[in-house]
Amino acid sequence: MIDDFLLRALIAGVVIALAAAPLGCLVVWRRMAYFGDATGHAGLLGVALGLALGLPMTLGVAMLAGAMALVVTYMMQRGDYAVDTVLGVFAHSALAIGLVAASLLPGVRLNLMDTLLGDILSVSWADIAMISLGSAAILGVMAWRWRSLLNGTLSPELLVAEGGSLMWDRLIFTLTLALFVALAMKLVGVLLITAMLILPAAAARPLARSPEQMAVFAGVIGVAAVAAGLGFSWVTDAPAGPSIVVMSSVAFILSNLVKSLKN
Amino acid sequence: MAVVTATGVEVRVGNKRLLHDVDLRIEAGEIVTVIGPNGAGKSTLLKAIIGAMPISAGRIDKRPGLRIGYTPQKIHLEKTMPITVARFLALAGRLPKGARADVLDKTDVSDLRDAQMADLSGGELQRVLLARALLCKPDLLILDEPTQGLDQPAEARFYRLLAEVCKETGAAVLMVSHDLHVVMAQSDQVVCLNGHVCCSGAPAHVSADPSYKELFGARAELALYEHHHDHSHEGHSHD
Repeated sequence: MIDDFLLRALIAGVVIALAAAPLGCLVVWRRMAYFGDATGHAGLLGVALGLALGLPMTLGVAMLAGAMALVVTYMMQRGDYAVDTVLGVFAHSALAIGLVAASLLPGVRLNLMDTLLGDILSVSWADIAMISLGSAAILGVMAWRWRSLLNGTLSPELLVAEGGSLMWDRLIFTLTLALFVALAMKLVGVLLITAMLILPAAAARPLARSPEQMAVFAGVIGVAAVAAGLGFSWVTDAPAGPSIVVMSSVAFILSNLVKSLKN
Repeated sequence: MAVVTATGVEVRVGNKRLLHDVDLRIEAGEIVTVIGPNGAGKSTLLKAIIGAMPISAGRIDKRPGLRIGYTPQKIHLEKTMPITVARFLALAGRLPKGARADVLDKTDVSDLRDAQMADLSGGELQRVLLARALLCKPDLLILDEPTQGLDQPAEARFYRLLAEVCKETGAAVLMVSHDLHVVMAQSDQVVCLNGHVCCSGAPAHVSADPSYKELFGARAELALYEHHHDHSHEGHSHD
């Protein structure tokens, strides 16, 4: 008999894993893993500000993550610093400012462990409704803009030459990423959000022959990792978020082993 | 009417001025080649014309409804993205039936349809990129160093293919090239760029210009020396 809270965790995890699949592939293809980190770390500040202003946590995180994503995109386009420097500066600054703000803002009681590592076992049905709605929005946008997002990944200039808009490409990618961060925050926490995005995608890579296949496989691997991770956490009492990520890493190792055995 | 007219174009990135006072005019059906040393802003000029790079001064006018086919200098072909040639070409968008097969035949990539993009050789990749550029039935082809990384036979094949395609479709071409001998033989207009336009005009005019000789030195002499494929060096020969 599955306990109710475990069922809720499973549903929330599966939904997030599905939303993460196409988005995670794009992050991997665009070499923007660190971008996910920067956005995720900004989420911590979002949590603190949300608490201070009495806003719902997800809204605070979405706003901060979105603002961060836009600022970072702007800085990257200006080109004054190398991309990894920009991302490093912003990711770590956001993390540190978030931690400082959480301790200085009056009336803010932040459970640091939950914020950094998430607490998927405490999601409510209301959380699930919001996560499902948000994930559906992400998947909808991905499906609607998929061709253009792929073109923007392959060659931004080609996208523009064929009549696309670079600004829209960046904006859509950045804002869906920010939305994802806001949704996944409660489940896996600031530190592991990027892992939810890139691990299943990276594990899917050796098995896939097309971009779409890779996204589908990433979804399957992500869902399996959520189920296995929650099971593992249930049996061993290990923290759930990290357990899920551990299972994704196992999938990554396995798929690469399978690939090299085949060759 | 000109396909594209650029007037006094300036491009800045951060505090750096990559291009300034660039004037350029491309007539329908004309082959225009941009030459210049590394860092001269050749790719930047192409990107500005397709609209992928904002210009900070001047203007770029395109004929209304102009269709541009573009081959980038680098394509972000991550090993991490699995994609076949067929799928890559399909990303150009919906096409009338048969149009795609036509272009594939012409550019000789039909046999590569199921190959992974990341596994293509340099020559194959350039042909696939050209096919992609042709799929939109362009009035203007913009090619950024289309023969980089090709050996001489493959390079010669590519230029033959390009000449055929242009003749057939009547598309104008704007390209960046380092192959001075081909440039001088095939272009209608040569633009010698080094942050600004040093000189431009018909190949004969440009190759006589002192600024061209200054930029390209010994290679400039070589480019006028025709038939430089099967030459022999002292002591050994190759063919």
